[in-house]
Amino acid sequence: MQLVTPAIGLVFWMIVTFGIVLFILKKYAWKPILSSIEDREKTIHNALSQAEQAKQEMARLHGENEQLLAQARQERDAMLREAREMREKIVGEAKVSADEEAKKLITRATDEINKQKLAAMDELKKEVANFSIQIAEKLLADRLENNDVQQKLIANHLSKLTAKASA
Amino acid sequence: MLEIHRLVQNKFLTKQLVAIFFAIFSICYLQAEGTEHGNEASSSTHSHGVTEETSHHDGAEASAHGAESKKFDAGKMIFDHISDAHDWHLFGEGESSVSIPLPVILYSQSSGLKIFSSSNFHHGHSPYEGFKLNEEGHVLWENESNTEAIYDLSLSKNVVAMIIAVIFLLVVVLRMSRHYTSTKGKAPKGFYNLIEPLILFIRDDIAKPSIGHRSMQFMPLLLTIFFFIFVVNLFGLIPIFPGGANVTGNIAVTMVLALVVFITVTINGNKYYWKHILMPDVPKWMYIIIIPIEILGVVLKPFVLMLRLFANITAGHIIILGFFSLIFIFGSMGPAFGYAVSPLSVVFTVFMSMLELLVAFLQAFVFTLLSAIYIGMAVEEHHH
Repeated sequence: MQLVTPAIGLVFWMIVTFGIVLFILKKYAWKPILSSIEDREKTIHNALSQAEQAKQEMARLHGENEQLLAQARQERDAMLREAREMREKIVGEAKVSADEEAKKLITRATDEINKQKLAAMDELKKEVANFSIQIAEKLLADRLENNDVQQKLIANHLSKLTAKASA
Repeated sequence: MLEIHRLVQNKFLTKQLVAIFFAIFSICYLQAEGTEHGNEASSSTHSHGVTEETSHHDGAEASAHGAESKKFDAGKMIFDHISDAHDWHLFGEGESSVSIPLPVILYSQSSGLKIFSSSNFHHGHSPYEGFKLNEEGHVLWENESNTEAIYDLSLSKNVVAMIIAVIFLLVVVLRMSRHYTSTKGKAPKGFYNLIEPLILFIRDDIAKPSIGHRSMQFMPLLLTIFFFIFVVNLFGLIPIFPGGANVTGNIAVTMVLALVVFITVTINGNKYYWKHILMPDVPKWMYIIIIPIEILGVVLKPFVLMLRLFANITAGHIIILGFFSLIFIFGSMGPAFGYAVSPLSVVFTVFMSMLELLVAFLQAFVFTLLSAIYIGMAVEEHHH
């Protein structure tokens, strides 16, 4: 029976001790410990969700970068194509204008040649006429009896000469 | 759905615990009975003046029965170890025993408050200031016809053991608290890594599922109960001076713990709790049966808490001491027997000590869990 009979002294000291322990631990230990554990849990929770957010942000930025890069590439391609077209156009234009210029030069040269040729022909005609007159004078000086016959002869010769020259 | 699950779980756990409790309590009861027989035996030998203690006073008889005086009484030895005492026995037997004297504090109406060292009693051989120590370690009036009540508020072995364990607990937990406040938001380190899982375990696996949204209010109490029982249990397993006392195996200690739980439940019980007890949802004529049962249940819950812890821890101490006693029981048949049995005894004791380490935790856990469940029942909100 002694074993299951609570002793008054032990009950008294147990109440005192347990009361003090409960008071001290509640005030100075469990509350700070529990609150700091809770704080830490919150911190960890926040850090994890922030990391998740950062990951999503990274993925978003990465996608955006890809998009920008693709756009830039497209733009570059377009620019290159445009430049090539421009070059071809300029070269083509230059070619056309050069052709025209050349043609113009050629025609001008041909005209000049023709003109010079005509002038030369005229001069030559004049020379020939002069020579002919001089020859004729010499001949006439020898035989000036029949002028009419002579004149006819001269004209005849001259026309033959002209035909020859023009041919 | 969750509630049903929880109820089933609790019921299952309770059934298991009741089974364990009955098993251990029956062992304890048998042991206690054996002890009482042992006591009778010892007191009878005492009256014949054969035990060592009296032999010093009765020299002639002692020499005649010298051989018999060495007879080992396992029941008395075990009972002495598991009960409270006014001094802390270290080693040795009878007059040659060495023990730490503890202060005796007595109060009675006629003598007032008396404080003196227990060494004045000389192990119960001599009275002091009108008081004497009886066989069971109780302080009585020297004059046996005096029936006036004595309030024995001595700092007994259990009180001192409890205070030592509590100081250890306070130092550890207060240091932990300081560490936690100084490194707020950081990870714990070292020894605190061992304590924090226990705190989290009580919070997440005991308090929150049993009490619900009001659990944080009761956390300090539950933590204090858990760590108090756990640390005192562990100190009880140390066989030498700062431990070894059977504190949580003392009915007075477990009674106060159960009382704390009972008061908490009674103070915090809400209207649903009281309605469930005083006006249950049954036909009126059944009140005559139901209300006494409910009221009995209210008292029985802490009562069972008290008995369970007391019985488990006492049983553990008894079994370990019983295995050691085997050595001396066999030794008394012949030294060779004693030596032969001792390895077996040591192996069993090691095994039991391991088991007791588990029990030390388990009983602290069970006490806390059931306290949490009782509190949970009292503060539960019903939404009909």
